[in-house]
Amino acid sequence: MSNVFKVEIINPEKSFLLKEDVSEVVVPAYEGDMGILKDHIPIISFLKPGLLRVIDKAFVEETYYVEDGIIEFKNNCLSILTSNIFDIKKMDRNKIKDILSEAEKDSQNNNISDQAKYLADQKIEVLRSLTLN
Amino acid sequence: MPSLDDLKKRITSVKSTQKITKAMKMVAAAKLRKAQENAEKGRPYSEKMNNIILNLSNSITDKESAPRLLAGTGNEKVHLCIVLTADRGLCGGFNTNIIKKAKSFFEKTKSQGKSLKIITVGSKGYDQLKRVYGDQIIEKISFKDSKIANYLDAENVGKKIIELFEKNQFDVCTIFYNRFKNVITQIPQEQQIIPLKSSEVKENSVEDNYEFEPEEDEILSNLLPKNISTQIFKAMLENSASEQGSRMSAMDNATRNAGELVDKLTINYNRSRQAAITKELIEIISGAESL
Repeated sequence: MSNVFKVEIINPEKSFLLKEDVSEVVVPAYEGDMGILKDHIPIISFLKPGLLRVIDKAFVEETYYVEDGIIEFKNNCLSILTSNIFDIKKMDRNKIKDILSEAEKDSQNNNISDQAKYLADQKIEVLRSLTLN
Repeated sequence: MPSLDDLKKRITSVKSTQKITKAMKMVAAAKLRKAQENAEKGRPYSEKMNNIILNLSNSITDKESAPRLLAGTGNEKVHLCIVLTADRGLCGGFNTNIIKKAKSFFEKTKSQGKSLKIITVGSKGYDQLKRVYGDQIIEKISFKDSKIANYLDAENVGKKIIELFEKNQFDVCTIFYNRFKNVITQIPQEQQIIPLKSSEVKENSVEDNYEFEPEEDEILSNLLPKNISTQIFKAMLENSASEQGSRMSAMDNATRNAGELVDKLTINYNRSRQAAITKELIEIISGAESL
C-alpha cells in the first residue's frame, strides 16, 4: 500500500504546485509546525511565516518559504491557499534581506496588534535562519 | 449635396477610423485571451476559500460569538458600495452597465432612508458617478499603472475596507462588477461581502467533521479579512476579462459599421461623379445645338 497523498498549493493568481505523490508535508501552522501524513483526519488551520517542506515518495525534500495561508486537509488531499510563497532555491540573498528588513520595520512599529507583532517576529526568525545558511 | 472632394475626404477618414477600430479589436482579442486565462487560474483559490469559510461558519454553533465580519454589526444603516469599473473607455456598454446597476441600488438604499458611502475603483466609474453622487464618494482608487489585475492591488483595497469597518464607518458592504459569461455577454453583478452572505447553501455532508486548530472563531477572524481581498480580486479578474470582451465586440461592431458607411459613401461618390459627367455632356451638346 502506498503512503502517498495529493498536495496542491494555490496562489490567488494561479495554481502554484500540484503533486499527486507526496509522503509527508510539514506546514508551519499557527500553533506550531505540523507534519501531515496520509489519512490524517480532516483539518483546517492557518499558517504563520515559516518553512513549508514537501517530501515526496522518494524522500526528496523541497522547501518553500510561506508568509501566510490556510490549509485544508480532506480525503487525502491537502490544499494550501497562500498569497506569498517562494521556492527557497530560487530566493537569492538580496531578496531575503529585503523581506527581512521590512519585517524588522514592522516589528519595531508599536502600533500593531500583539498578533501582528508575533507574526512579524516569526518572520524575522525564519528569515534570519535562512541567511545563516 | 456635398462636393466630390468632400465625399472623397470623408471616405478616407472613415477608412482610417476603420483601421483603428480593427486594430483595437485585435489588441482586445489578444488581451482577452490572457485575461480569461487569468480569471480561470484565479478561480480555484476563491472557490476553496469559499468552501472553507462555509465549513467553518457551519461549525460555529454560537452565532453570538461569530466575528463581526461574518455576523454583521447588527444594524444596516450605512452602506458602503465598491464600484469596480475600467480605467479606459471605448468598451461598449461595459462601464455604463455597472454604473446603471449601481445607481439603481443607490436609489433603492436611499429611498429606504439609509446612508451611502461609495468607493470607486477605476477612473471611469468615478467620472460617471461624481456628478450625482459626488458627496458620497469617499475614495477613488485607480490602477492605471498596473496592466493586469494583481493580488496586491486587491489586497490594498481589502485593507482599506477592513480599516473602515473596524472604525465603524459602515455596516454593509456591497461590490459591483461585471461577471464574465462569454465574449458577448457580461452580467453586471452586485455582491454583498460584509456581512458575508453564503449565497449557495450546500448540503453539508456528514464527513465534513473537521478538526480545527486553533479554534474556529480564531481561524475565521483571520480568514475573513483575507476573503474580502480574495473576493475583490476575483471581481477584478472577472472585470478585466469582461472589459476586454466587451471592447472586442464593441470594436467589431464599429469596424462593421465603418465598412457599411464606406460602401454607402462610395455609392454616393460614384453617383455624383456620374451626375457631374452627364451634366457636362448635356452642356456640351446643348452648346453645340445652339450654334
